[in-house]
Amino acid sequence: MTQLALVIDLNVCVGCHACVTSCKEWNTSGSAGYLSDDRPYGEDPTGCFFNRVQTFEVGEYPRTETVHFPKSCLHCEDPPCVPVCPTGASYKRPEDGIVLVDYDKCIGCKYCSWACPYGVRELDEHQKVMKKCTLCVDRIYDTGLPEDERKPACVLACPTSARLFGDVHDSDSGVSVAIREEGGYALMPEWGTRPANHYLPRRKTHISIHRDELDRYDNPLKKEGELPKPDISEPSLDDVTSW
Amino acid sequence: MHPALSVIFLTTLIGVGQGLFLALYTAESYHAVGLLPAQSPQFYAAGALLAVAFLVAGLVASFFHLGHPERAWRAAAKWRTSWLSREVIALPVAMGLMFVYGAVHYMGWDLARLGIETGIPGDLTLLVGALGVVATFGLFLCTAMIYASIKFLQEWASPLTVINYTVLGIASGFTFATLFAALFDTELVNFFGGWAIIATLAALVTRLSSLLRNAHIKYKSSTQTAIGVRHSIISQRSQGFMSGSFNTREFFHGASRLWFRYVKWIFLILVFPVPVVLLGLGITGDSQGALTGAFAAQYTGLLAERWFFFAQANHPQNLYYQTVG
Repeated sequence: MTQLALVIDLNVCVGCHACVTSCKEWNTSGSAGYLSDDRPYGEDPTGCFFNRVQTFEVGEYPRTETVHFPKSCLHCEDPPCVPVCPTGASYKRPEDGIVLVDYDKCIGCKYCSWACPYGVRELDEHQKVMKKCTLCVDRIYDTGLPEDERKPACVLACPTSARLFGDVHDSDSGVSVAIREEGGYALMPEWGTRPANHYLPRRKTHISIHRDELDRYDNPLKKEGELPKPDISEPSLDDVTSW
Repeated sequence: MHPALSVIFLTTLIGVGQGLFLALYTAESYHAVGLLPAQSPQFYAAGALLAVAFLVAGLVASFFHLGHPERAWRAAAKWRTSWLSREVIALPVAMGLMFVYGAVHYMGWDLARLGIETGIPGDLTLLVGALGVVATFGLFLCTAMIYASIKFLQEWASPLTVINYTVLGIASGFTFATLFAALFDTELVNFFGGWAIIATLAALVTRLSSLLRNAHIKYKSSTQTAIGVRHSIISQRSQGFMSGSFNTREFFHGASRLWFRYVKWIFLILVFPVPVVLLGLGITGDSQGALTGAFAAQYTGLLAERWFFFAQANHPQNLYYQTVG
């Protein structure tokens, strides 16, 4: 079974919002569109988005760290938003695990958005139906596109390659390897939704130098400086001669 | 959560209707075992019609909640998994049975018309009414389970939600039935009024229990689990947009802290002590004015109670929308 998903690397996300704008651009003109906006250049702009980038500060000054956190539908393997839908408009595709909304069946009761702990479903205020990330389902299977472009718009837009896309059920896929080897985790595991999307944590490369690495214990006389340089014909020895 | 007026009216109005129907059937079953005198068929027919009217009014209110009310018929599709779908089925079933109950009373039919001789007067209405009672309790269950089944809305995810919806519906329905009996000038005023007081006091116990429970909730989700960073100090610096979105409108009640605190006391006073006192006065003093006041106060209080019920629920998605930026 296939479960397509995104893996988002918080270690390299710089919070540029390129994924947000490319998502909006693609989807407002794609088959999931339009994503309506109100007063986009006015005082109190609002609109429907599938993807957001948020920023969190971890720790207390001066020991703080900024975490940019992209958030979109996690395409849960046990999505709580699907069984609550009274019409069946909200569904999970068995073939690739993408959670979608059938706009023609949606009655706009908002119950699915209540049933999603992550707040990734947004009601389109003009079409009056629930909308959410489609994982660019109208892109990823489009054989009219070159193969390396059959990826969600957000993945293609990311300048730091913080977004990986693939099948998390295939153990050898890039996303599975990343989750396995880079410590990928799921959000709010306490609700048992089993999100397909995973996040890779901030990872820092530390080098640890021990005291015995600074002190030369192989130099018991603590004699620094040039070692004797015997004649070229003499045998040379590590730590004893300079050759 | 943002309390939607449509849902507040839906749940309170159908609660009154269901309670009223239960009151009528209680009176009839007491009569069937000889504990109460018989009532005129018009009394039951008019009462059932009023109960249906409350349910219809609730149904109409619910349509205002939908983005596409013209597709509402589709909502019956997923009854296997969705409590909302089950409610969409239970509501017309209860409504239909209440209507048939009233109609059978009005026409004076019994099972003998179908060739079944039971020898019990009013056997058909007792039978239809019993089915109506099952449907009514089913509807209470479905309505409340819509909220109680969302496990991460921890204020709602409790059997107390179902109990409160049921008991508050019964209390308001019996209060209305008391007024209705007084208007119809029957001797059922004391009977309905007594049960209305008992149901209201029972509701006070169950509602206070849920308030107490909710005051001590330990939330399972935190900013730590929301973004998956293990650090005791995490604060949001930006939610990703400057102005509002669906997420900031739908999941926050938007009222001031002061109002939020007041509403609890407003409903605690209006739903429980005021109607009990007015019911007592209405019964003893035979005053229709006091009974009208009792129902008006209790229903107004229930609107506040339902507002508070929604406003109090804290959705975990709010963890992602703490700071504009």
